[in-house]
Amino acid sequence: MRIPKTALIGVPILLLVPLAVRLAFPEAEKYYLHLLIQILIWSFIYTGWSLMGRFGLTSFGHGAFTGIGAYVTVLLWNYAGLTPWLGIPVAVVVAVVVALLVGYPCFHLRIVGHYFALLTLALTEFVRLCIVGLRDYTGGSLGTQPRRFGDGISLYALQFEPDRVLSYYIALLLWAVGLYIWWRVDRSMDRYALNAASQDEDAAASVGINVTREKLKIIAISAAMCAVGGAIYAQYQMYIGPDTITGLGVSLNIVFAVVAGGMWVMLGPTVGAVFTQVLSEVLRVSIQGSATMQSIFGQGALALDTMIYGLLLILFIIYMPKGILGTLLEWREKKRPARGDSGNLRNRLAL
Amino acid sequence: MDCQLDIFFLEAVLNGLLLAGLFALLALGLNLIFGVIDVVWICYAELVMVGMYGIYFAHKEGAPFLLAAVIGIVLIALAGMALHYFVIRPVLDSAPINQLLVTGGMLFVLQAAATMAFGIEFKNIGIRLGSYNVFDMSFSYARIVTFAVAIGAMVLLWAFLQRTYIGIAIRAIAQDRQIMPLMGVDQRRVYIVTSAIGGGLAGLAAALMVLQFDIYPQIGLQFGPLIFMICVLGGLGNMIGGFIAALIIAQFIAVGGSCFATEWGYAIAFLFFMVVIFIRPQGLFGGKS
Repeated sequence: MRIPKTALIGVPILLLVPLAVRLAFPEAEKYYLHLLIQILIWSFIYTGWSLMGRFGLTSFGHGAFTGIGAYVTVLLWNYAGLTPWLGIPVAVVVAVVVALLVGYPCFHLRIVGHYFALLTLALTEFVRLCIVGLRDYTGGSLGTQPRRFGDGISLYALQFEPDRVLSYYIALLLWAVGLYIWWRVDRSMDRYALNAASQDEDAAASVGINVTREKLKIIAISAAMCAVGGAIYAQYQMYIGPDTITGLGVSLNIVFAVVAGGMWVMLGPTVGAVFTQVLSEVLRVSIQGSATMQSIFGQGALALDTMIYGLLLILFIIYMPKGILGTLLEWREKKRPARGDSGNLRNRLAL
Repeated sequence: MDCQLDIFFLEAVLNGLLLAGLFALLALGLNLIFGVIDVVWICYAELVMVGMYGIYFAHKEGAPFLLAAVIGIVLIALAGMALHYFVIRPVLDSAPINQLLVTGGMLFVLQAAATMAFGIEFKNIGIRLGSYNVFDMSFSYARIVTFAVAIGAMVLLWAFLQRTYIGIAIRAIAQDRQIMPLMGVDQRRVYIVTSAIGGGLAGLAAALMVLQFDIYPQIGLQFGPLIFMICVLGGLGNMIGGFIAALIIAQFIAVGGSCFATEWGYAIAFLFFMVVIFIRPQGLFGGKS
């Protein structure tokens, strides 16, 4: 463990956040906790995506896995009465099977770059269309809700939405598990194998790396994380719709947030989630409070955050491909006296 | 809802054929850019959407439709050049995925800008060309015109690429990016011209689409992903292949849509795409990969 000091300070702070929010914003406690919960759940999903993204496997299709996670869990609960404790594992299995079905031919045939992105894009659209098409069960494009169990807080039904403090701790736990998975992958031999494969597949294969198997491992982990994230998101929001949890829009949002935060560092996806969620909330609140914006653009004013996202995505890719956190860490690294290449590399790849 | 080999099935097949004309035209511009610059404009359908708004407003301000269409084509050709110059050029030498991501960002920008400027209401240009009725079947003239224009555009583009100096340079660059600059071909100029032609084709598609569809900011998401599928299915940069792929995909959508529901037609088309790519990664009509 290289970061005990950070953890020693960070963990108690994160645990005490609900108390701090209660003291600082007694009026709007629920709102701020809601924002934090959203950030934590999405951070988990983004971390799942970055596991693949950092090895050059840029998927435009992770909206498919979050969608499968959310819909399978909710539909099993609504129509079969199956508790999410069993529903989520089923959803994860479905997502992993889909990921392997698409992943195996892709990796076996060495479909990479543009083609991999377009193929996963087809996958996410396919899943979205299936969800819309099964409208008798899924509610089509209007979406659906998990059936409420009792007063809405239940261990059996994994429902916790009315209690924001409890929800916060659940989301925090989820996020911590995500970071742990990232850390385990980062410390594994698979990481070196995948790094090698992302540089040169032939060379990697020639030193005995089973490239297809390594890639399948990582897509399975990544898809499973996204499915769990989607399911927990559904349990918290108590609403799922094809445009909020699946489809091309969600997939591109995932990609953007991770690129913005930093793909190659542990907390990069988290920084991306904080950045995108806070940005869209600040814009939303300021637009709703501003009469001039409302009068010029009407309802369209709400699209301003999307426009700023898009512009920032372009600027980030051109000028800051390492993302916010990646760039900051690089600056800190430059200020320090040089310690040789291997030390630098370690610091750049891990936090 | 049930599928029978009757006159309605024939109508669906023929309408699918006409729809293929539109898809082929949309895929043509993207295919050219994909083949020459090796960049996928994820925001291609959004450029078409902007073109549709341009033509709609030009027509509303009193321009006759044909003039409005020309304005739209020029507008989107310029937009294509600007997109290449300001967004693609800075990332041309970085990882291919970055080019995909910047145009993905552009998709957000164009869609949001259209929402802010024009609102989310559906707009219709209000030109009705009527339809041609034969037996019990009905085909709208807008679709027939689209089909004819698509074929015409393909022939013109082919002639341009075969006969003109810049056309030959474009084909040469597509074959070998490294050698051609040594032969005295200005790569940057070829890229700008290609982007303008690609944009112009998007504008042309927009001019035909305003006759058939309502305009709204999200319309690009309706058919954008389909166009990428068609380009990849047809084989990168293979324009005849793109046309045949458009025929196939359009049949899935038209016949699937008439037998089941619209989404299932699309869903089957995407599934077909994935299966084909797994069997033939270079596309149905691609040469050596």
